[in-house]
Amino acid sequence: MTTAPAHEHPVPGAEHPARQYHVDVNGLRIAVHEWGDEAAPPLVVVHGGFDFARTYDIFAPKLAAGGWRVVGWDQRGHGDSEHPELYSWDADMRDALAVFDHVSPGRPMPVVGHSKGGAMMTQLADAQPFRFTHLVNMDGIPFNRRIPDVAEHERTKMVATEIAGWLDHRRSTAGARRKPGTIEELAARRGRMNPRLDVEWLKRLVTVGGFESDDGWRWKIDPSMRFGGFGPWRPEWTLMRLPGLPMPFLGILGREMEEMGWGTPPEKVLPFMPLDGRCEILDEVGHFVHIEQPDLVSELVFDFVGAPS
Amino acid sequence: MTGPGSVSMLRHGKVDLALHHLRDAIDPGARPLLILHGLGEAAPTSTPRWAEGWPGPVEALDFTGHGASTIPRGGGYTAELLLGDADAALAALTDGDETRSITVAGRGLGAYIALQIAGARASQIHGAVLVDGPGLAGGPTGPTSQSFFSLPSTASTPDPYALVELGRDLRPPDYATLFVRLALAGSDLDEPIAVASVFRPEWLEAVAREHGVLDLTLAEALELYAT
Repeated sequence: MTTAPAHEHPVPGAEHPARQYHVDVNGLRIAVHEWGDEAAPPLVVVHGGFDFARTYDIFAPKLAAGGWRVVGWDQRGHGDSEHPELYSWDADMRDALAVFDHVSPGRPMPVVGHSKGGAMMTQLADAQPFRFTHLVNMDGIPFNRRIPDVAEHERTKMVATEIAGWLDHRRSTAGARRKPGTIEELAARRGRMNPRLDVEWLKRLVTVGGFESDDGWRWKIDPSMRFGGFGPWRPEWTLMRLPGLPMPFLGILGREMEEMGWGTPPEKVLPFMPLDGRCEILDEVGHFVHIEQPDLVSELVFDFVGAPS
Repeated sequence: MTGPGSVSMLRHGKVDLALHHLRDAIDPGARPLLILHGLGEAAPTSTPRWAEGWPGPVEALDFTGHGASTIPRGGGYTAELLLGDADAALAALTDGDETRSITVAGRGLGAYIALQIAGARASQIHGAVLVDGPGLAGGPTGPTSQSFFSLPSTASTPDPYALVELGRDLRPPDYATLFVRLALAGSDLDEPIAVASVFRPEWLEAVAREHGVLDLTLAEALELYAT
C-alpha cells in the first residue's frame, strides 16, 4: 500500500494509487499504478499521449468504488516509466501486452483507453481480441488529417519545414531537459493546451507528473518527445478497425474540439460502429471527457461493462 | 575524423552510432560519400569496390541496433528513426555546416533511408543512389492485421527487434514519393535521386516513375553525382 507524498497537490476526489510498482519489459521499467481492492477483478485504463497514468487520479477511484481493481501504467517515456532509447507505436503496444500479461494472464478484462490510449487499444482489440471483454474508447478515434487548404508547393514547403524541425529537434535532444518553473507556471503552460481543465487539477498534475529539482519543477516526460511528427501512418486507419471489433464497444466523445484531441467530428464515427457497439456524444465537453465529467463517464462505463464478477 | 579504418561514435538521442571512415579523399575538397547498409547488415569495414573511384572521402554508418551502434531496450524502430541516424551522420560529415553537402548510396533498407534523407535535407544531399539489398521491400502499404509479440533481449547486433520492425514498416507509395517532391523542391540538382536497383517493390516503382528520378546503374549514378 502506498501513501501520498506531502507535495501532492490535493484536489477533491483525487486519490493516490493504492499500489505502485514496475514491470520489466526487455530491461525497460514500466511504472504501474493500481486503485481499489487488489483481489477485485481487473479493469485497465490507458492514458493518452503526453499524459500519464496519474491523470486517472479522480476517474480511477470512481471505477474502483464500483468494485474494480483499476490498473493503469505510464507508457514508455511518460510519468514514472523509464525513458527508453526509442519510441514507436509497436513498442507501446508490446509494453501494454507486458502489463496485460502481468495483471490478468490468460484472462480477458474490460479496457478503457483515452485519446492515444483509446486508439492503441482499438488496434490491440483488433489484433488480439481474446484479451478484451469490453472496450471503452474515450475520444481516441483518429479521423482524417487536417490538411490545410493551400497550393501544392506551399504544402510541400510546410512538410519540408515540419520534417526539418523534427530532425533539428532530434539533433538537440541528447542532453535536453524540460524547462523548469513553479507549480503555477507549469500548470499555466499545460493549461494553454487544456484550457477547459480546472487550474487546481492542473496543479495536481504538476505534482504527480513532475518532479522538483534545485531550480524548480519539471515534467517527468522524456524531453526528447515532441508533439507532431510525421510518418506513413494515417489516422483514419484506426477508424477502419472499428466495424470488425467482436467485443462490446463503447465510444465516448466530447463535442468540443481541443488542441490535444484528434479533431474527429463525432458524427463521422457513427457509421463505423461494430455490431455490438455504440457511441455517446457529450455536448459541451472537450477531449478529456473523464476529467471534465468523471461522474457521468464512470456511470456510462458501469452501465456498459456491468458489475464485476 | 582520423585515418582510414577509424570509427567515430555519434550521439543521436540516447543512441551511440558508429560512423566508419573507410577512406580519405582522393581529390581534396570533394564531397563525402555516405554508405547506408541494408536491414540486418552492418557498415562495410573497407571501401567497397564499387566506391573505389569516388573522389571524396568514403564513410559508412551503422544504423541503430546494427554493427557497433547501440542496441536499444525493447525495440521501437521506425524508418524515420533511421532517417534521424542518417541525419546525425550528415551533421558530422559536414561539421554542422548547412552549406556543405554529401552524396548518399543506400542498399536495401538503406536505400529507403537514402531517399528520405534526400528529401528531408534536400539542399545538403547532392544525389541519393538507391541500390538492391536486404530490407528493400519493407512492409505493407496500408493497415494490416499484424499482431504484437515480445522478443528475447540480445547482447549482439543486429537487434531482432530491428529485423522484425523494420522488415514490416509501412511503405505507402505516396509517402515514398513525398520525399522525391521534397528533394526536387530543395535540391540544386534537377535529378537528385537515382534508382539503380533491379528489384523494385511498389514504393520504389512509384519513386522511379517520378519526375526528377533517374534510372541508372550504380556506377553511372556515382559518376554523375561525383561532380
